[in-house]
Amino acid sequence: MARALVHIAALIAASVAGAANADELVPYNIVSDGIAESLTGAPGDAARGRALVLARTTTCILCHSGPFPETRFQGDLAPDLSGAGNRWTVSQLRLRLVDAARFNPETIMPSYYRTDHLVRVGRNFAGKPILSAAEIEDIVAFLATLRD
Amino acid sequence: MSFWRAIAAAALLATGPALLAGEILPDARRSGYSFMGPDTRAMQDDDTSNPGMLFVLDGEALWTKRTGSADKACADCHGDARGSMKGVAARYPAFDKALARPVTLDQRINLCRSNHQQAPALPYESRDLLALSAFVAHQSRGVAITAGDDPQLKPFVDQGRDLFMQREGQLNLACTNCHDDNFNKRLAGAPITQGQPTGYPLYRLEWQTLGSLERRLRSCMTGVRAQAYDFGAPELVALELYLMSRAHGLPMETPAVRP
Ligand code: HEC
Ligand code: HEC
Ligand code: HEC
Repeated sequence: MARALVHIAALIAASVAGAANADELVPYNIVSDGIAESLTGAPGDAARGRALVLARTTTCILCHSGPFPETRFQGDLAPDLSGAGNRWTVSQLRLRLVDAARFNPETIMPSYYRTDHLVRVGRNFAGKPILSAAEIEDIVAFLATLRD
Repeated sequence: MSFWRAIAAAALLATGPALLAGEILPDARRSGYSFMGPDTRAMQDDDTSNPGMLFVLDGEALWTKRTGSADKACADCHGDARGSMKGVAARYPAFDKALARPVTLDQRINLCRSNHQQAPALPYESRDLLALSAFVAHQSRGVAITAGDDPQLKPFVDQGRDLFMQREGQLNLACTNCHDDNFNKRLAGAPITQGQPTGYPLYRLEWQTLGSLERRLRSCMTGVRAQAYDFGAPELVALELYLMSRAHGLPMETPAVRP
């Protein structure tokens, strides 16, 4: 919650300055163990989300496996994503992607929508979240369809 | 516990560097070799099929070649490398008194070029530097790693350990997350090893060439989207030193082959 407020403050400051920064994180509200509202204000696209999860650059399947018969390149550092939509609500999935450390401070799963508390981020990635708000929404929509 | 075993255990505790939680126990240390398939192992084991041996041969030729304004060859001062260089790579990075810091084998070779041959330093990852360092390190093949034993190196080993444990990059992962906690698992289908530095410089099939340990470390850093340290940077040397001390007792394999 405190962090969400900081984001809002930063956003207001940016809009006062008049320059909309594309890298700026949109504010969000954490309620209990989730983020109930879409980061973009619109529902994501599950088909796009599936393609994103499968893309190496999105990094999910470095660690995870899932119902992806088309690729052998899946990891086993993390639970299989099959059935994730049964185990978690949409709101929990959204927070998990935004900042997995909220569920487990020791987790190796990156926080996909966070730019603070990072060390030596590569020049090309500095100040940017790993995924955009729209990409998060697409992936959340896809994960919600993973039901046993 | 028997009397003798108690003494052996006490001796081990007294001599071995203290382990922190999460670090790999000495008898659980495994070279990347043990994670490879039979084809890649066979390629490393047979000198006629090991592509790294071509670099070793180049290095042997450079060893006897005079160069620089001193017009001296390595061999003029060091003689037959099979004797003079045996075991040297197994204790590098080593403390340099004049510089008051550890230097890598590559840096030592370049110090000899500038101080003793009056020749310009060879660039990192250049064919000649890799060849010389492969030739020198090859003389230690089979020798147990002892780098880091020198007490003067302790602060640098500690610095390397801290860097190994530190999360970094946009993906916020530390070396330890993969190489201590998750070796034997698969990252996108490829096995993660303990990240042991036993075979450098080594031939990586993915690179299609020989490469240094620093090249490998830089690519692990880039992999987690961190800003990689420059070649020769003190942080990279400290990491290399920590990795070697962490591999204490494992035999050198240069030139190793890796997928
Ligand atoms: C570096 C490894 C890593 C990466 C990359 C990663 N995760 Fe995870 N993920 C984990 C681990 C480990 C867990 C287990 C829970 C924990 O550690 O908090 C987890 C848990 C999850 C869960 C809950 C699993 C369950 O059903 O119990 C979901 C859903 C998930 N991750 C989705 C994703 C998605 C989507 C991506 C890509 C955008 C991703 N993860 C990238 C390591 C990773
Ligand atoms: C003019 C003599 C001379 C020449 C030529 C020379 N070195 Fe050296 N080398 C030394 C001396 C002296 C040392 C001890 C450290 C020092 O004082 O620099 C040394 C140290 C080394 C060491 C470290 C040995 C150890 O036990 O730590 C290596 C490795 C080495 N040289 C490799 C080479 C290579 C490779 C070449 C050729 C590119 C070379 N040297 C050329 C004189 C020479
Ligand atoms: C996301 C996981 C991951 C992280 C984090 C990571 N590495 Fe690696 N590393 C790999 C993979 C995958 C390889 C190639 C396969 C192997 O040897 O494990 C590798 C290879 C290596 C090797 C080569 C081992 C050999 O046999 O030649 C070393 C050494 C190494 N890493 C050290 C490090 C260091 C030091 C760091 C921290 C700066 C680091 N790694 C961070 C995944 C990782």
